[in-house]
Parts: sequence; C-alpha cells; structure tokens
Amino acid sequence: MLVEEMMTTEVHTLTTEDTIEDALKTLNTYQIRHIPIVDEDMYVVGIVSDRDVRDASPSVFERDSDLSELSNNLGSIMTTEVITVHPLGFIEEVANIFYDNEIACVPVTRNNRLVGIITEKDLLYTLIQLTGTNVQSSQIEVKVPNRPGMLPGVVNIVGKRKLNLTSILVYPYKPDSNYKVVVFRVQTMNPYPMIEDLRNSEYEVLWPKEPGMSQ
Amino acid sequence: MSCSSKFVYSKDYATYRFSDDHPFNQMRVELTCDLLKDSGALKDEDIVSPRYATEEELALFHSREYIEAVKKASVGDLSEEEGFEFGIGTEDTPMFEGMHEASSLIVGSTLSAIDEVMEGRTDHSLNLGGGLHHGFERRASGFCIYNDGAVGIKYLQKKYNQRVMYVDTDAHHGDGVQWAFYGDPDICTFSIHETGRYLFPGTGYVNERGLKEGYGYAFNLPIDAFTEDESFLDVYESAFKKIAAYFKPDIIVSQNGADAHFYDPLTHLCSTMKIYERIPALTHELAHKHCGGKWVALGGGGYDIWRVVPRAWAQLWKVMKDQAPFQGELPAAWLEKWEPEAPFSLPHTWHDPDGSYKKIPRKPEITEKNAKTLKAAMQFINNQIHYN
Repeated sequence: MLVEEMMTTEVHTLTTEDTIEDALKTLNTYQIRHIPIVDEDMYVVGIVSDRDVRDASPSVFERDSDLSELSNNLGSIMTTEVITVHPLGFIEEVANIFYDNEIACVPVTRNNRLVGIITEKDLLYTLIQLTGTNVQSSQIEVKVPNRPGMLPGVVNIVGKRKLNLTSILVYPYKPDSNYKVVVFRVQTMNPYPMIEDLRNSEYEVLWPKEPGMSQ
Repeated sequence: MSCSSKFVYSKDYATYRFSDDHPFNQMRVELTCDLLKDSGALKDEDIVSPRYATEEELALFHSREYIEAVKKASVGDLSEEEGFEFGIGTEDTPMFEGMHEASSLIVGSTLSAIDEVMEGRTDHSLNLGGGLHHGFERRASGFCIYNDGAVGIKYLQKKYNQRVMYVDTDAHHGDGVQWAFYGDPDICTFSIHETGRYLFPGTGYVNERGLKEGYGYAFNLPIDAFTEDESFLDVYESAFKKIAAYFKPDIIVSQNGADAHFYDPLTHLCSTMKIYERIPALTHELAHKHCGGKWVALGGGGYDIWRVVPRAWAQLWKVMKDQAPFQGELPAAWLEKWEPEAPFSLPHTWHDPDGSYKKIPRKPEITEKNAKTLKAAMQFINNQIHYN
C-alpha cells in the first residue's frame, strides 16, 4: 500500500515564529500529537511533538510559575533534520522508519513541500485492514512445509467451497523453521466443510482444535 | 412469584430453510415443541399463532432496497451479481424460494411475542423461531436474512416507547443488533460470546462500547474458547446484574442461542445443560426486579439440533413458565419417536453427566482470562459509580 493512500492531507502546521502557547492550543484543539513546522513555501523546517511542548512548559508542581516560558518561539524547541517520506513511499518503509528511529509520525513531502502526514494510528489502521478483522469472518490457521506451491494448494481448497477470503497472512512457525503458518479469514459462519477438506489434505490445521486438545 | 408466559409457534418456521445440508435447521423448534408436549409442559392454551411482519415493519430497521432484493430473490428474480451487494446468495445465506415470506414470518413472530407482553396479555413470551442477530440493515449474513431482534426493538421503541435491554447469550457475537443501536442511549446491548479471535463474526471486543450518545450502552464479554459452565456463569451473572441495575430497562429482550454447548459443531465453548437452566432463571429474576416482569425471549443459533437444542430450549420455556427446570429422564415417548431419526444416540437425561467431554487442560488460565475480561467490560460502569 502506498503512503498517499493512507496519509492524512489536512495537516495542522505552525511556523518557527509561533509560540509554545500556540502549539499547546493546536495540540489540544485538534487532539493531535505532532505539529510540522513550515516556512512560507510549506517547506518542512522542523517538527514539534506534544512531549517537546510539555518539556518546555512550566511544571504543574510550581505555583505562581513564570508563564513567560509559554511565549518562547517554536524555533527554539523544534526538532530539525526532519525525517520525511514521499507520497509514493510504501507502508512497510514507514513501519521501518518508525521502528528504527523510535518515532511515531512522519510528514509526507513532494518536491520538499508538505502534502500530508502519517502517524502510528494510520499504520495500525492499515494493519487492522490487512488482518481483515474489520469484516465479518472466521479465522483458520494451517501449518504448511516452508516450500513453493503450498499457498496455492491451501487457497484452492478454500476456492472450491466458493468461500470469500477476507485476508491471508503467512507467519514463521516458531518451533521449526521448516514450516510456516498460513492464517486466513473467510467470510462464513460455517467454515467446517472447508476445514474437513483441509484436514483430508496434506496440511495440518492448527485452529480450530477439538476441545481437550493441548493448545 | 405469580406470572404468565406465552409460546409463539408456527409449523411454518420450517419454511426458513436454505438447503438440505445447511446447518441452520428450524426442525429444532419442532423437536423442542414436541419434547415440551411429551413432558406435559406445553398446553394448547400456551401457544400463540404468529403473524407475518409487514414491509413497513421490516423497514423500521432494514433498507427498502434490501427488502426489494430479498423479495426478488424470493421469486428467483435476483441475479448472483445483484445479490452479492446484499450478502444474498453466499454459502451462509443462499437464495431460496419463498425466503422473503419465511423471513417475514420469523420477524412477525417476534412482533407477536412483543405485542403479547406489551398489550398485557402475558408477562413473558417466547419466540424460538427468532433471534437472527447477524442480519444487517442492508445485508444478510451468518444464516440471517431479516434481523427480528433489531426490528422488534425498533418496534418497541416506536410503538411502545420502551427503553430496551437486549441480552445475547449465543456463542457468536450479536453484531447485527449491536450495530443497529450503537449510537442509541435508549437501547442497551449486552452480548456474551466466544472471543472473535477465531470465531465468526470476529467482532465483540470489550472496547466496543457504543458511539457518541450511545457510548456506554453496548457491552461485550468475549470469553475464551473452551470456557466451561462455572466460568461462563460467573462472569455472565456478574455482568448482567450490574448492567441491568445501571441501565434500568423497561423491558428485556433476550436472544437465547443454544450453541455454546460442548456438542455444538460450530463453536468451541464447553458448556453443559447447566447454563441453559441458569440463563433463563437469571433473566426471569432481573425482568421482575427491573421491568415489572416484562421479558421477550428469542431463539438464535444452535447447530446440534438433536442432542442440545431441544433440551436447552425446553428448559428455557419451563423456567420461564414456572421457574422449576426439568430433572431426571427425558420422556420416553419423545425418545422413541425421534431416536430412530437422529444421526447420534440421544441423551436420555435433562442434565449432562459429569465427564461428558475431555478435561480442559488450561482451565485455570481460561478462568483467569475471563475474569479479567469481565473487569474490563465493567470498567465503564465502575468508573461511573466511583466518579459521579
């Protein structure tokens, strides 16, 4: 999936001259956690997170604290050297960036100009869609040898029963790397005829199990 | 406690039949009815003949387009392509001749059951043909075409101005009814079911609590596969009592699917007949405590139509009627009549003997997990009690 398909295009931005107080208001008003800092050409010059803003705000433990800190400008606290992605970047790439850099948001730029934003929430939404749990379905897990031709075999059995697949994922089988686990969701309340077909084939059905079997 | 009950029933429920080998088989209602008659617990004067729901009534919940599509499918005029959008013609809900009429009868029966209670002819009523909780506004799914529960609740709101508590003990999540009232603070839905991690429809997580004004009026208790009686009843009773006290309904509508039993071929819960005595007893108690006795019970899932559903639903009626569940042996006349027809040997007692299924090795973990789920499900109510 491409970045442009999952990004938010209405981005709330501020400039280096805006104040910490402005940033606090923006974060609260729109219930967001990151604000890209842009110049007049919409070039991304920095980014400010809710944590940056909190760190720069007076402590809640101090009575009569000096509120003048709130009028400092964002140029003084923003993170520079912002990591950005292109609209044609891939979702996998974004996941890697979040994971490696321990961040939760990247601005999306085209010709260096801001066109959108992607956060960990967009990524999680994509994951939910990939797993297919947002659609009515039953989940089945099948253990297959880790070699070519296994997936078509499994999918054929599903297809023979005229069942609609909502998602399919392949995981490593932890106890033995010679196997993989194919996890798929089918749009039916009665997957049992198909499961019977799978049991009668060369594949091992990991779920559903009979009651009383060890899990 | 002196109260009265009515049993809504028609032989024509059997016309709701997708195909000869489809797991949803309304023959179970006839088997139940027969078992009750042979046990002497169902008399002619208990029985109410249902009516058909009108299109106007179906449209209280379903879209007109969808009703039109079902009507076309009913006379064989809907193409496979046209049906796809409405979930009609799938493996779960294939088209069949007369499907509109058969489904309208199911809804009409639920409306008849409601009218019996609301017009004061009885305190409780039962429609075992209903409880088709997977039907959506414009889509058939999970063996359900029209959603009689959702139409019935809309009817209760509109005609009788009731605040309704819907409680669903089917092993599958009651998604169609939940989504129908997800934003409505006057309808409270509560579903206990096997976790959607594997089982259809996959929803029914604790965090589905309602939307906007309806937030805090949807409750879900997704319990682990292989949950047994003790843990099921423990979390269920605790949740139901708390939710009923919090919401204070005018009437309770219960969906009494009988597919959480260890014999059921479509699910992975390990209940025995015990829960099918206790579930109606608790509904009865709470209906009297909060609703002046007003309670409409519906059927639902249940796919072991020989060994499980007749016993479970007969107990439902018996407990509704006189709060004294059947004990001991099943009537010999019923066994003699039906045992030759059944693909299995039938149980001869109302209760399942101990050790009927293999011991569940992870029992302590499952019990602990379910207790944790209960806590999360009740969090909203507990917070209200603490902070308001």
